[in-house]
Parts: sequence; structure tokens; C-alpha cells
Amino acid sequence: MAKMSIADALKSAIAEEMRANPAVYCIGEDEDIPGGMGGAFTVTKGLADEFGSKRVINTPISEILIAGVCVGSSMMGMRPVADLQYGDFLFCMMDQIVNQAAKMCYMSGGKVHVPMVMRAPCGASNRGAQHAQSLESYFTHVPGLKVICPSTSYDAKGLMKEAIRDDNPVIVFEHKLLYGSKRKEKDAIDTAGDVPDGDYTIPFGKAAIRREGKDITIVANLLMSYKAQEAATILAKEGIECEVIDPRTLVPFDYETVVESVRKTGRLMIVHEDNYNCGWGAQVASYFAENEIFLLDAPISRVAAYDTPVPFSPPLENYVIPSKERIIEAARRLMKA
Amino acid sequence: MKKMPEKKKALGMYERMYLIRKYEERIYYLFLEGIMPGTIHQSTGQEACAVGMLYDLRLDDYMASTHRPAGHDLAKGVSLRSMMCEMFGKADGCCNGKGGAMHTGDVAVGALTANAIVGGNLPIAAGVALAYQMQNKDNVVVSFFGDGATNEGSFHETLNGAAIWKLPVIFVCENNLYSATTSIKITCNKENVAADRAGSYNIPAEVVDGNDVLAVNEAAARAINRARKGDGPTILELKTYRHGGHSRNDACGYRPKEEEKLWFSRDPVTMFRALILEKSLVGEEELLTIEKRIEDDIDEAVEYAKNAPFPALETAMTDVYWNGGKN
Repeated sequence: MAKMSIADALKSAIAEEMRANPAVYCIGEDEDIPGGMGGAFTVTKGLADEFGSKRVINTPISEILIAGVCVGSSMMGMRPVADLQYGDFLFCMMDQIVNQAAKMCYMSGGKVHVPMVMRAPCGASNRGAQHAQSLESYFTHVPGLKVICPSTSYDAKGLMKEAIRDDNPVIVFEHKLLYGSKRKEKDAIDTAGDVPDGDYTIPFGKAAIRREGKDITIVANLLMSYKAQEAATILAKEGIECEVIDPRTLVPFDYETVVESVRKTGRLMIVHEDNYNCGWGAQVASYFAENEIFLLDAPISRVAAYDTPVPFSPPLENYVIPSKERIIEAARRLMKA
Repeated sequence: MKKMPEKKKALGMYERMYLIRKYEERIYYLFLEGIMPGTIHQSTGQEACAVGMLYDLRLDDYMASTHRPAGHDLAKGVSLRSMMCEMFGKADGCCNGKGGAMHTGDVAVGALTANAIVGGNLPIAAGVALAYQMQNKDNVVVSFFGDGATNEGSFHETLNGAAIWKLPVIFVCENNLYSATTSIKITCNKENVAADRAGSYNIPAEVVDGNDVLAVNEAAARAINRARKGDGPTILELKTYRHGGHSRNDACGYRPKEEEKLWFSRDPVTMFRALILEKSLVGEEELLTIEKRIEDDIDEAVEYAKNAPFPALETAMTDVYWNGGKN
């Protein structure tokens, strides 16, 4: 057991999988340049010292190449783990992710499969609109992809190992303010936590209950799972007990754990940093509207980033991204509904 | 300069070219009859490119094709029956009916699922080559694309990557002069749209008569040899011509009649047939026997495919995620 940041937990997972399986390799821009950063957020820094530059591959700034090479090599038995530096760059490789990786198994009638991992740092962090987005919902919409979003060190290692062993393309959203990497981020949250030394995996599709409560179920991922817990601490002083659920993986999604919680609370709030319009919370809300509406004692509440590009100016960014204050207000309204 | 191969290889190449020609003709008539679903992008006229490039590949060397894949697939050895079944959307198709005309292929014979996004297969082929390299194999992969793909970002990103990593991949541009209906002359300032750009990436390139199967085969041998030795990628630009339109409803109103006449007079199948007879490899009778057998095989495949069952509806829900190959 060691106390580790998410960045180090991810690195530890990748290194253990690379030791165990020669098919696993890392690829991306600035992956491991001596004197460089190790991707943009230090996750791959130092891996080339152990595994060499043939298994920690530095690429040109060519996102189509990176994604396509992952598709092609994974069909031949390799297990690439690509570092995208910023999730926003996923759009530069969209054809390879959506038309190629996601559809190859299906179009071939199951004759080929594509076990690749795309690591996409996400979230607003005072970098302006093109290095800030939370893009989970785009990819939850694509059949054939799996989408995961670890928010603790323990989950980061267990889910990353599971992703590398999965036989399908997995997009991993990693929040910049949760990494806890050496590269200091303003407003970062210290997520350093206990991580077992040895091998363990966390199955996809199992949510984690971060806090128990009887009044409101709050489903929140990544940074928002922390904001929701902060809000819950304050709300508890007013006598409002929130149950905070971190879905951990969005595809597959653990509806069962959320349903069981709402059965107890009768109230549901969904919080994400992804935009409001068609964000993944809309899918969860519609699931309840279709299947479990009679469990609800109040309308479903959604707290999400406003439908704007992410602004740079810190006060504007803080305004657009959901804050604990917005969650608290929404919770008070829910209790009055 | 071009050397006629020994009889077995020459006839083997001719058989595949004739198979592709007759297969595409039959598909065309099945469409006119209205009994085949979907659309078609035919390779008639480009048979020498497919056969010349692929004839000497090993079974476990890979080939990546495009929205016009039938010639490549048949040349690489995908079974005629499974191709025909796929065209009809039947369960016995090479993709179990889930791929269709633009996605045929069978990795069992090294034919990757064909790619209907222009330029889409280039980085994937580079990935296949990277895997070979990492696995210390001496295999090679051939990536086919059209003239239009040379204006895609994926072309340039992949060429650069393949060059710096010395990947065992052969980039084959089948330049049939038109990207769908647009002349390549108005979308690129280079005459040799692929080969003239090779220098930018320090990749050796050749411009080849794509209607001369022996010329293609000899250029292929040089490129395959380079790749197998670990000397990296080659670009081959094969000048060729579609006999038909881009797709089902294209009557080619944009092509000058004189240009068509010139190219049709250089039909790759007719030219190679005449050469075989001229060199007295076999007589007319023997060729007719071979041709009759191929036509019978196609008749059989069409009958089989027409009568074969459609996939069970529940199979629409499988293979979205891999199930360990249990289907």
C-alpha cells in the first residue's frame, strides 16, 4: 500500500501491465522526452527508462496517425495506450475513433477487434476553450466505445488496468485538476490516496457510493464528484443528507446502483462538467423518466456547465463550470419541490 | 525489360484478373436486375493493380482496401462465395452481412475489413506495420488508396510517420484520374499526385503503368523486398482508369470520350491475355477452358448467395463489442 496521486496511480497501472504483457505499449506526443514532461501531465514520464523507446513511442504532432496506428496495431494483437495530451485533440482524430475503432469489430462480423486505450485529459483549468472541454457525452453516444472516468487514485489504477485488458476501444477521461501531478494546477484538488501495491482491477459498470444519505441522490463524475461531496458536507448542516454516487464508468453505466439509491431518497440530481444540452446526465434523467418515474418525489435536477465554450477569464470560467454553490442551491430547491 | 513469369504464375495472375473482371460484370447486371441491395463502386479496368500488387504476398501479409474493394479482396484470396453473400447481405457473407459492398474483407487471408472513408486505411496500415515491427516479424502490409486520398490529412500524417519509423508498408495509389467525378487535375498541382509528394517525406517512389500487370508486379516485388529487409515504406503510383463510373448511378458525363477511348484500348485483361498467347504459354483452347471454369464458379456463387438465408435479426445486436470470437 502506498499513498499516490492519480497521475502516479495511472503510471503504476500502465507499468505493471507493460511488465506483465509485451503487447502493451505507450504512444503519443512528448511521451518520454529526456527533460520533457511525460505527455502533458507527467503520467508517462520515466516509463522509457524501464521499457525503452520502442515501447514508449514519441510521435509527431499527428493525431490521425496516433489513433490509426492504435487501431491497426491493436487488430494485430498489440495493446496500445495512447496519451492525447488534451482530450480536446480527440476531434483531430475523430474519424479514426468513431468510424474506424468503434465500428471495426461490428463491420467485420466479429472477425477483428480493437483493444486500444485512449487517455484523454479533460476539464476546465484556465487554459481557454480549446484545452478545457469535458467530452464524455460525445463518446457515450458511439456504440462500440467504452467510456470511463476515474476520480480517485485507487480507481485510476484499477480501472486503467481493466481498460488495458479490455478487448474493445476504451476512452479514459482524466481530469486535469485531479491528477495531483508535479505540474501544479490552480484550484487542483489533492486526490492522493492509498493504492495497493499489487495487481487488482475494478470491473466496468460498477458505481461507487462516495457518501451515504437519505434525502437526495447526487450522481456526479470526475471533479464534480468532489464538488458534490463538498456541497453535501454543507447541506448536512442544514439537515439535508445527500447520497453521492460516482458512476466511475459511463459506458457501461451502473443504473442499478442509482436506482437503488433513488428508491431510498426519492430525489435525483445529476452533476457534470460536460455541457447541459445532451450531456450524459440527460440520458440518466431520461432513463428515470422512462423506467423509474414512480420512484421520484420531485422533478429531476441537472447541474451542468452552461452551454457556452469554456471562457478563459477565471471569474467567467468559475461561473460557467458548476460550483458547489450551484449544487447547494439546486439541492435546496429539490427539497422544497 | 519486363519478364514474362513462368507459366504457372502467369496463368495464376490471369485467372485472378479474369475472375475480378467477370465478378464485377456480374455484380453490375445483378444491380440492373434490381435484386442486390445497396450501392456499388466497381474496380473494372483496375484488375492489373490488384493482382500485380498482391499476387506475391504471403497469406499472412496484410492488405488494406477502400470503398472499391472487390478486386483487392479477390486478388488476396477472399472466397468468391463469401464475397457474393456479403453483397446480398446474407449470413454467409465475409462480414456476416454486417459490412456490405464497401467493407468486404477476411483477415483469415490477410484482407483487412475494407475502409469506406477516403484515406482512412493509411494510418491503420501503418499500425499493422508497427505491430509487425514490434513483434519482430518480416511481414509487409499493402495500403491501397485512390488519387483523391492524397489530398487527405491522413495521407500526409501517415507518410511522415511511416518514414520516420521505417515501417514495412507499401502505399499504393491507384490513380484513375478522378476523385469520384472530379478530375484530379483541378484538385492537385502535381501530375503524379502521390509519387511527386514522396520526396517531402524521404520515401522512395515509382510511377508505374497500372494497366500492365507485369510492370505492377515487378514494382511490387521491389517494394516488398525493401519492406521485408527493414528498409521502410515505398510509394507506388499506378496510373489506371475505371471502366465504369464512380458508383452505381454515375454515367461518366465528365470524362472526355477521347480519353475513354484511349484507356479502353489499353484494357489490362485483354492486353495480358494477348501477351500470354503471343508468348505461347498456352493456346486459345486452354484459356477458354480456364475462363469457362471461372464463369461457372461465379454462376455457382450467385445461385448460392441468392438462396442463402439472411442473418438472424438478433445478430444485429452482437459484435458491437467483441465477445471473444464466439459467434
